[in-house]
Amino acid sequence: MAAVPMFALAPALPEIVLAAAALLLVLIGALRGERAAGLIEALTLVAILAAGFFVVTQGGERVETFGGSFVVDGFARFAKVLTLVGSAAALLMSGDYLRRAGINRFEYPILILLATTGMMMMISANDLIALYLGLELQSLSLYVVAAIDRDNARSSEAGLKYFVLGALSSGMLLYGASLIYGFTGTVSFTGIAQALQGEGHTGAIFGLVFIAAGLAFKISAVPFHMWTPDVYEGAPTPVAAFFAAAPKMAAMALLVRVFITAFPGIVDQWRQIIVFVAIASMALGAFAAIGQRNIKRLMAYSSIGHMGYALVGLAAGTAEGVQSVLVYMAIYLVMTLGTFAFILSMRREEGPVEGIYDLAGLARTQPYAAYGLTILFFSLAGIPPLAGFLAKWYVFAAAVEAQLYSLAVIGVLASVVGAYYYIRIVKIMHFDEPAGAAFTPMAAGQKVIFALASIIIVVLMLPGAPGPLNSAALAAARSLF
Amino acid sequence: MFGLGLLSGLLILPLVGAAFILMVRGSEEAVRSNARSAALVTTLATLVLSLVAWGRFDTASAAFQLTEDHAWLTEAIRFRLGVDGFSMPFVLLTTFLMPFCILASWTSIEKRVKEYMVAFLVLETTMIGVFVAQDLVLFYLFFEAGLIPMFLIIGIWGGKRRIYASFKFFLYTLLGSVLMLIAIMAMYWDAGTTDIAALLKHPFAPAMQTWLWLAFFASFAVKMPMWPVHTWLPDAHVEAPTAGSVILAGILLKMGGYGFIRFSIPMFPEASADFAPLVFALSVIAIIYTSLVALMQEDIKKLIAYSSVAHMGFVTMGIFTMTTQGIQGAMFQMVSHGLVSGALFLCVGVIYDRMHTREIAAYGGLVQRMPRYAVVFMVFTMANVGLPGTSGFIGEFLSLAGAFKANPWVAVLATSGVILSAAYALWLYRRVVFGVIEKDNLKTITDLNTREMVVLVPLLVLVIWYGLQPGAILDVFAAPTAELLKSTEAALATAKFVALTLH
Repeated sequence: MAAVPMFALAPALPEIVLAAAALLLVLIGALRGERAAGLIEALTLVAILAAGFFVVTQGGERVETFGGSFVVDGFARFAKVLTLVGSAAALLMSGDYLRRAGINRFEYPILILLATTGMMMMISANDLIALYLGLELQSLSLYVVAAIDRDNARSSEAGLKYFVLGALSSGMLLYGASLIYGFTGTVSFTGIAQALQGEGHTGAIFGLVFIAAGLAFKISAVPFHMWTPDVYEGAPTPVAAFFAAAPKMAAMALLVRVFITAFPGIVDQWRQIIVFVAIASMALGAFAAIGQRNIKRLMAYSSIGHMGYALVGLAAGTAEGVQSVLVYMAIYLVMTLGTFAFILSMRREEGPVEGIYDLAGLARTQPYAAYGLTILFFSLAGIPPLAGFLAKWYVFAAAVEAQLYSLAVIGVLASVVGAYYYIRIVKIMHFDEPAGAAFTPMAAGQKVIFALASIIIVVLMLPGAPGPLNSAALAAARSLF
Repeated sequence: MFGLGLLSGLLILPLVGAAFILMVRGSEEAVRSNARSAALVTTLATLVLSLVAWGRFDTASAAFQLTEDHAWLTEAIRFRLGVDGFSMPFVLLTTFLMPFCILASWTSIEKRVKEYMVAFLVLETTMIGVFVAQDLVLFYLFFEAGLIPMFLIIGIWGGKRRIYASFKFFLYTLLGSVLMLIAIMAMYWDAGTTDIAALLKHPFAPAMQTWLWLAFFASFAVKMPMWPVHTWLPDAHVEAPTAGSVILAGILLKMGGYGFIRFSIPMFPEASADFAPLVFALSVIAIIYTSLVALMQEDIKKLIAYSSVAHMGFVTMGIFTMTTQGIQGAMFQMVSHGLVSGALFLCVGVIYDRMHTREIAAYGGLVQRMPRYAVVFMVFTMANVGLPGTSGFIGEFLSLAGAFKANPWVAVLATSGVILSAAYALWLYRRVVFGVIEKDNLKTITDLNTREMVVLVPLLVLVIWYGLQPGAILDVFAAPTAELLKSTEAALATAKFVALTLH
């Protein structure tokens, strides 16, 4: 710490790049108007790439700055890379959709950029204040993004719903933070951890519950998931694609960091919360998705379920557990982005379609797309030999190691129920007769991400392939302990 | 080549063929015929490669041979391959049956031939993988991965209720296996490795063994399938296309028995001894009850499916006698049943392709028009009954002999199943083949053509050959059986000693 001055900016370089780029692009947008939309989109991607470059080239050791409220360690770098990948991919594949829908406003990429900045700050937050700042920067941007199609009642409704519920959850989070501050006398995560050694911290545990509730809302875990299906369905599809990936990664990283670094002394207390939330999310994600006919709603419930599985790893509370969460989120990100790349391309002459029965007979009309989507859905269901199985293997193995047998058993049983609705989509694509004309050709960005995701999902399980991801995640997880 | 051994080659070769077929382009007719030929060439090449592996295999040794070890998930979970006397016969059975499956689908599959062949080749890789995996996680991976192509095969190319059957097959077997996944994780943390060879030597605590055994049992019992979790099988069999049924009966069902011999008995010997009465009870019920059910079937495929369940009852019974005869008999029965039931489904396929019905009542008097078919079908029916001189006899006899040693009552009850199986099989044969032709549409039915003869005659020769020369197969797994029983008895003796000293 002594080597780093109070306001050393170097550790925050990626965030600074993003923030500066956002401000610059607003300026360009304000001066040049809607004509600049394409340029701004391209520059946003450049900014994200630059930030990613700086994240990757940062040193491996743990650095704190801004008086210890901002930390860069292996964990942060791992999560940041994934978040940036999620944001960049979401941008890359949504341009075509936005143009066709006539909502390619220049604000869209800028808002994504600001939200990404917030996510990066969340990931690096090392005290409650930084946590809240990052979270709000991200959330406020997301509220607006959800309502970006402002002439569309459903999009506006989605944005408003998200805002009202999000504000409520932020309130709860703040209340929890103030309780913890009151009972421990500090906002720094390390300080809280030191204050909470030993027995008897009822007040702080009370605060912990509220913080957990606020963060559970952000990752859309049950019982704070209600907004997810409505927002996914109501918001324009590119927004749903974005929501499903990067913000989930960042919020999950934040959740892990808070619980592991600020509350290591009361693992048994918070484990109960996580176990409950995980079971509820897995079960609801599995059962509620069965009745869905809209693919975006289905993906919303799918993401709820997947957050439940990721939390199984956190419930273990060990380095292996954190490693499993990171591996899970990385693979989840790839699967979700790939699936949404296809959903974005579901469009006939008369406009975009969202029903799962619109996929009927896809294997006949667009065989290669059907193969890719089949791989992705089997992977989402966690069937080997696809990467989704690898993800599930790690989280459940971590839970078994921590002797959370019932959690693991409930988890795998939920995954069987979940498999039903995933393979139903496979059935619709392969077994049913084509219901309508073929979809219009995919845009280049969508095609690249869709193909890349399908290939990664298959290749990741080949001999030698999972090793690097595994060891990178383990190194990242170790940096928290 | 590339540091890969023969067994990797066996896994890769079908995938290469599948990739090649996926890339075939051109007119629809050209794609079809190219896909068929490419699939046949690939399966034949795989067969040749497996024979090369067989040539290098030393049957006198109980150890894992042709082993390979590649980096995979972690230091402890590696991509390990190897075969021993228990797995080698199944590898050969798989590679041997595959070309026949392709040939049997030559004309009967008309739509989406390309995808069909790809699915079959991928399925071949996963089946070989199950038997050559030397790592528990890898085993699970292949064990489950086979569900994907099989789900598609039943669902796309199946009969009328194909969607129901494919979902039932998929979810039933998945539900059975996920508990095994948890058990595998528990074993991983207990032993620190998932290397099967190391796990075979690792002593698990008795209390833990019970849970692990139950979890593995859930998976293998569904896969076998054992009564009362067999109900997915008749549906899957009836709806699957002919080649799908052949693979299902010939290979997929054997994975359960293989699992019992590979994992349950040697890794959890005490739990296996404790639960043996349960397995006996379920096996006897399977043998008698499903034979009775088979008697009442009106659909030929369903009848054979129920008869498979009954025959698998002999296998589970034989395995859990934990005697030389029982285990060897079970192994032999599995190999023999793989050939016989596969052949029976091919026989059903022959007449189904002509008449497009599997109703027993729709046939009768086939011997008048199809003498060659009548002979072939009779040999396989007799083998299914377990007539001495066919391979079916050896397996049933040995497992019954083992059962008699372990528990005479079990043997007595199971033997009555042999009589029942004679009843349903012969009755089926009489109704389909004998009598006079009454139905007009049967009057023009044609006898086996060359392609069908090529498919059925090799199987017929093998069934009789192994019936007369069972040593050819029995010797393959004699050494590992002896090794298995030695280690199991040692473990049980230690457990007994510990129990005695505690009292």
